[in-house]
Amino acid sequence: MTTLDSSKEIQKNNSEVNETHEDFRMFGLITFLIADGMTFAGFFAAYLTYKAVNPLPDGAIYELELPIPTLNTILLLVSSATFHKAGKALLKDKNSDSQKWLFFTAFLGIIFLICQLFEYFHLPFGLTDNLFASTFYALTGFHGLHVTLGTLMILIIAWQSRINGGRLTSQNMFPLEAVELYWHFVDGIWVVLFIILYLL
Amino acid sequence: MTISIDPQKTNNESLQPKGWLRYFSFSLDHKVIGIQYLVCGFLFYLIGGTLASAIRIELASPMSDFMPRDVYNQVLTLHGTIMIFLWIVPVVNGAFGNYLIPFYVGARDMAFPRLNAVAFWLIPPSGLMLVASYFVEGAAQAGWTAYPPLSITTPQSGQIIWILSVLLLGGSSIFGGINFIATIIKLRRPGLKLMQLPMYCWAMLGTSLLVVLSTPVLAGTLILLSFDIIANTGFFNPVLGGNVVVYQHLFWFYSHPAVYIMVLPAFGLVSEILPVHARKPLFGYTTMVFSIMGIVVLGLVVWAHHMFTSGTPPWMRLFFTIATAFIAVPTGIKFFNWVATLWGGKISINSAMLFSCGFIINFVFGGITGVALAQVPFDIHVHDTYFVVAHFHYIVYGGTVFIIFSSIYHWFPKVTGKMLNEKLGILHFIFTFIGFNLCFAPQHWLGLNGMPRRVAEYDPQFQFVNQISSLGALLMAISTIPFLINVFLSVRNGKNAGDNPWNALTPEWLTSSPPPVENWEGEAPLVEEPYGYGKEISEQK
Repeated sequence: MTTLDSSKEIQKNNSEVNETHEDFRMFGLITFLIADGMTFAGFFAAYLTYKAVNPLPDGAIYELELPIPTLNTILLLVSSATFHKAGKALLKDKNSDSQKWLFFTAFLGIIFLICQLFEYFHLPFGLTDNLFASTFYALTGFHGLHVTLGTLMILIIAWQSRINGGRLTSQNMFPLEAVELYWHFVDGIWVVLFIILYLL
Repeated sequence: MTISIDPQKTNNESLQPKGWLRYFSFSLDHKVIGIQYLVCGFLFYLIGGTLASAIRIELASPMSDFMPRDVYNQVLTLHGTIMIFLWIVPVVNGAFGNYLIPFYVGARDMAFPRLNAVAFWLIPPSGLMLVASYFVEGAAQAGWTAYPPLSITTPQSGQIIWILSVLLLGGSSIFGGINFIATIIKLRRPGLKLMQLPMYCWAMLGTSLLVVLSTPVLAGTLILLSFDIIANTGFFNPVLGGNVVVYQHLFWFYSHPAVYIMVLPAFGLVSEILPVHARKPLFGYTTMVFSIMGIVVLGLVVWAHHMFTSGTPPWMRLFFTIATAFIAVPTGIKFFNWVATLWGGKISINSAMLFSCGFIINFVFGGITGVALAQVPFDIHVHDTYFVVAHFHYIVYGGTVFIIFSSIYHWFPKVTGKMLNEKLGILHFIFTFIGFNLCFAPQHWLGLNGMPRRVAEYDPQFQFVNQISSLGALLMAISTIPFLINVFLSVRNGKNAGDNPWNALTPEWLTSSPPPVENWEGEAPLVEEPYGYGKEISEQK
């Protein structure tokens, strides 16, 4: 229990309940991710509705090349696995291994973002060309924002898992677990996005 | 894994300001945050009320002589947005939720105190931003719904500030919702079962689920809308191949649940107030719980009943009409449970009770017009008329705001340790009740006869009824005066309340008034029967 008043030392000692509690930060994070997922759900619903009822003008291009996004899908899936490796290593107190895996995960995230930018620059349409183009950039951009944020957080926890003076240890796994859950969530969203946007 | 107390943090908390100054600080105490929400919301209520008065003055005559037409549109936009996002949602969720939920679950604070403070402190800046948007050139004038193409084609600088402000308020609401869910599910005192919680906890759990599931969709929609305005995309702009109906679907996917976000907590609060002042257990606790959860589930699948005139296909009309009619069932169960709670009770006629009874009367009226509006043929006839305005205000003012006042009369002794003056309170109720019904009941007639809403000018044949309505609005404005006098006088030299002036059994009354920083001197009490009136009152004393 979070304590707000330090003058209650005696009470704290007498009281048997509620002075320690289960860690529900993860519970809060999951609730937040559900909310975040609903934002994506709204975007996906809008995209599918547009696709169903709003025909594009003649000559509008909306065929997408598959190689780069497929590579990106693989990159993110591999990065989910490497992140998992980092967690396992930290659990066994192998901090330097954990840090290596984290840096590798962040590296994969950065490659993903570079590929995404490369794709943006080589697409034959811009943000305001037509409805499909706008929705494409809104969806992938919003997801890319999530990847950027995730990569930054991975770099932060990688710094925190350094051997001397890092606060990320096998006793304090929460930062790693939280970012890992977030990263898996972002990967999952990408898989859905890949299927809906590129394959359908 | 468990977390123990961090001494470093504890010391920091004790450095926080004491006395009235703490209400201006980044306090982590849920009670301080609750009062911050309430007072902040009330100040915005006064602004929104002033705007409402301006609207009613304008509508006292058929021509737009009090203000130009575009100013009228700006005023009604600001009125709607302030009242919904800065008064009702923060107060009925944030204020009472933060104050009461930790008591009800037997905790010393909310699950995430820091997130809680952040959620509150998002509100004053975004509220000020919203009010300021009125003074920039081209203030928002597309109504609180901000329907495109209106919101895209009208002057845009104000609309962008409006979007930013609503996004921040939505964020605040989501943070609050996450906090309430974690507090109610995870922070319950050991030994306290879910089915022993006071009804307000269930209402807040349901409300927070709606907040978490639907508010993000509004946020996404408004981001797309701002792209349309700033970056010239065409998501909702038919000229560029976009689709306005998609905006309406996404908007109402939030904004219909938003009606329940505004009214479900009021259902919870009235379920706390009625048993205390009728000295009877709450009738049908289990059915109440299932009704709330039923409303949550159904509330998510009825949104398109706002869109029957938007070219909705027949199957959609059929589905959404039936789903909406179904909501009448859990709502009706709750209504009958409240009446049954009062039935044969030892009722004290005080301000809290009067406002609660006023709520029941107004709400059943608003509920009946709601069922009527769900029927497609009728809805198409009265769509966008004053009938809708009347229905909506019967729900949010006659329903929720009556309960906010009722709750203030009920919990004021707990918060301040002083009683409110009953005579002024009853005067407040009489003015509010008569004024409210005088203002909004005639609008049903106006709407049925075809007076459109959101228009500054109208057919002169409606003038007399509009003047009656404006007279009602005047009474409502006057009703605030006895209330404000009452609060200021009672805070300074009201009668001492003692710890439990109503002899109530819910946990917040089992501590001192005002409560100490961590709610209880010793261990949190285990209240297994929060509504055990009539059988255990002698033991509890």
